Amino acid sequence: MLCVLCAFAVPITAVSPVMKHQTAALSSNDVPNTGHDSLIQRISMGLTRLLNGHKTFDHGIYPIEHKELTAGKPIRRLPFADELIIPLQQHKGRASLPMVKVGQEVVRGEPIAVADQFVSVPMHAPATGIIRAISLTTTAEGPKAPAIILKVYHAASQQVLYGSEQDIEQMDAQAIIQAVQDAGLVGLGGGAFPSHVKLQPPPGCEIQTLLVNGCECEPYLTCDHRIMLEQTELLLRGIRIALRATGAQRAIIGVEDNKLDAVSHLRARIPAHLPITVEAVQTKYPQGAEKMLITALLGMEVPAGGLPAEIGVAVFNVGTLAQMGELVPQGRGLIERVVTVSGPAVKNPGNFLVPIGTPVRFLLDQVGLNGPLGQVILGGPMMGMAVASLDVPVTKSVSGVVALEPEDPTLARRQVYPCIKCGECLKACPVSLNPSMLGELAVAREYGVMAEQFNLDQCFECGCCAFVCPSNIPLTQYFRIAKSINRDAQRREAAKHH
Amino acid sequence: MTRGIEIRTSPHLKRVVTVDKIMRTVVLALLPIAAFAVWQFGLSALLLLVTTTGVAVLTEWWFARASGRGNTVADWSAVITGLLLGLTLPPGFPLWMAAVAAFVGIALGKALFGGLGYNVMNPALVGRAFVQAAFPVAITTWTPAFAPGRFTEVIPSTLTAPFMQPIAVDDWIAGLNLDGWSGATPLALQKFEHIETPILDSFTGMIAGSAGETSALLILICGLWLAWQRMLDWRIPVSVMAGAVLMALPFWLLDPSLYPSPWFVLCSGGLMLAAWFMASDMVASPVTAKGVVIYGLFIGALTVIIRLFGGLPEGVMYAILLGNAVGPLISSWTQPRVYGAK
Repeated sequence: MLCVLCAFAVPITAVSPVMKHQTAALSSNDVPNTGHDSLIQRISMGLTRLLNGHKTFDHGIYPIEHKELTAGKPIRRLPFADELIIPLQQHKGRASLPMVKVGQEVVRGEPIAVADQFVSVPMHAPATGIIRAISLTTTAEGPKAPAIILKVYHAASQQVLYGSEQDIEQMDAQAIIQAVQDAGLVGLGGGAFPSHVKLQPPPGCEIQTLLVNGCECEPYLTCDHRIMLEQTELLLRGIRIALRATGAQRAIIGVEDNKLDAVSHLRARIPAHLPITVEAVQTKYPQGAEKMLITALLGMEVPAGGLPAEIGVAVFNVGTLAQMGELVPQGRGLIERVVTVSGPAVKNPGNFLVPIGTPVRFLLDQVGLNGPLGQVILGGPMMGMAVASLDVPVTKSVSGVVALEPEDPTLARRQVYPCIKCGECLKACPVSLNPSMLGELAVAREYGVMAEQFNLDQCFECGCCAFVCPSNIPLTQYFRIAKSINRDAQRREAAKHH
Repeated sequence: MTRGIEIRTSPHLKRVVTVDKIMRTVVLALLPIAAFAVWQFGLSALLLLVTTTGVAVLTEWWFARASGRGNTVADWSAVITGLLLGLTLPPGFPLWMAAVAAFVGIALGKALFGGLGYNVMNPALVGRAFVQAAFPVAITTWTPAFAPGRFTEVIPSTLTAPFMQPIAVDDWIAGLNLDGWSGATPLALQKFEHIETPILDSFTGMIAGSAGETSALLILICGLWLAWQRMLDWRIPVSVMAGAVLMALPFWLLDPSLYPSPWFVLCSGGLMLAAWFMASDMVASPVTAKGVVIYGLFIGALTVIIRLFGGLPEGVMYAILLGNAVGPLISSWTQPRVYGAK
């Protein structure tokens, strides 16, 4: 769930992200901020790189990775569930509009919902079958939301019959961007931001560098690792499409140094004439966050409240680009994705090619369980969301399903102590906030002060502060609540003025 | 599936270090220092440490109960306060006065502010400052280290009856027939008579002084171990020592016969214990990266200023209390530069 950063860069508010681009673009003509203002910081960063070899960002944490459970497991296809649930809102922006009727038969790959304006994507039928209902269903986020429910014809051949081949060498940037939107492609790392929007830099910005995010810093997840190893050709094709659409001069694939096999595998397969390089970065959470990857690879910082495009960078997840490389030349839509199913409660963990809309319950039945189930997390354990029901479907942004065993009762009774000002959270926060102070302000309900004086809005909820806190203070949750209260207050304020 | 699945908010992983583990580790690091104090000063030091720790824990327990905060003794922070307080007192300090110090430290220094995490100043030093003002004679009465028979008999002043003046120890010390005993600590000798104790003696602790402050070497080892365990912010003790050296150096260069050498400053008095175990108290020190350095330098420099120009031979206690007082201000001056800020 690393690209959740994209989510924070463009919050779903009444303001259209495109408009946000325009306003932010006014200040982007300056020389890019190098980010390291003091000499001491420069020296310490240089020393870190010297000692550890690979580039990185300041702060961060080292959770136990648990990647050995699935890193060696090749991507396998799973059977279809009896029923697939395709929510109309699987992405940031406006929900898709259904274009099928109940009772209508659809073939695999056929569009079943269209994009509603620019910041939205269409949906495609993940299987051949019949539309059983278009109704409210349980979602991972909590509230019920409209979804198309598809009954799968198990007797059908399940061939993808839709799509028309396109020659990407003949397409101009606009045509590619349109094709990417038609493919229903969103950030597959977890951010779920429509990819075509990122391909089109806001006016006044020019993309020079394409960063390809293969960090996968969340514990347990290995789907991006497998994609880099097994879908190399698709990935390279996707990078070329994205280079063409953005007009960027070069692409850098950033991979954490716990996946050096992927680094050498990719290096060996990149044709010499392409401006694509692969760089290993330190294994450290949250290295896969957009801002952290930009800092590690380019030594630049995204201006607070701004977009990577303002410093000439666009960041895409490897899974997204591999799908782009697969779907755009064939003119097809996104109907399945690679998901890591892992965790201590799972009997046969692995990486699976899962049709969009597959219920989590079906997925867990396929891999088997070791015993009673504790939490089931969509995404990784640091930023992922625990689901309240196993009936929620795998959507476009679900990179992993992590099933934990019931929590140890002694851990469950863990006491929350007062903050002892140990400062561990300050050393962990990748964006250099003061979570200790923010936590005290949250308890005092000073939400306005948190935003105005202590940069609450820069927090992207990576969870580092709560991870290290010896007092067991739920800092990340405090900040989520504070941000949501501030958003509500702003909305009320805006409504008053109209 | 008979039982429901669990739901919690992210992050779903947590590091296992907890407050009580940190506190237990600090206690563990203090134990060798306490053991050395007992070996050096005997039964009196043991009684002193037991009294301060016991009273500190009892006071914590009582206030937590009275204020309905549950059992806060389990977080072990009161044990640290008690141990540290005992280590900073003279070994022959009357036990009833030590009990008062421990009670005041926890009650006024900690419980009054709301308990662990809310205290402004280091509770052990609050307790010590109180008895320094209340019992000026007892707190400057020193007894020789390694007195014969120290494991079988107590220093007479230790067992002073409550609310009484301390029993005089002069006759008892005279009875020990020690050569060269002047009744003064190395700090006082240097300050008032400009005699510098050999550095090796104060480094290894073969001198008079507070129960647990004499061996700079042992304190250094225990502190380094704690820092290695990542339970102590090494930047604080290092800045305190740097501040002390930087402040002492110019005076010593001007007149080495009058002013102490930086090495003497580091190894004498309570500086080492204070730098590693009291200034580094997490609750009362700033949290920001630049803040802890400024705070440490401030304490180190102030200690030397008080030692050289104040009325007292030792200044580290007041320096830390003042450092604690300005800590929040230092924190607010040194907020970290947020990612992406202009």
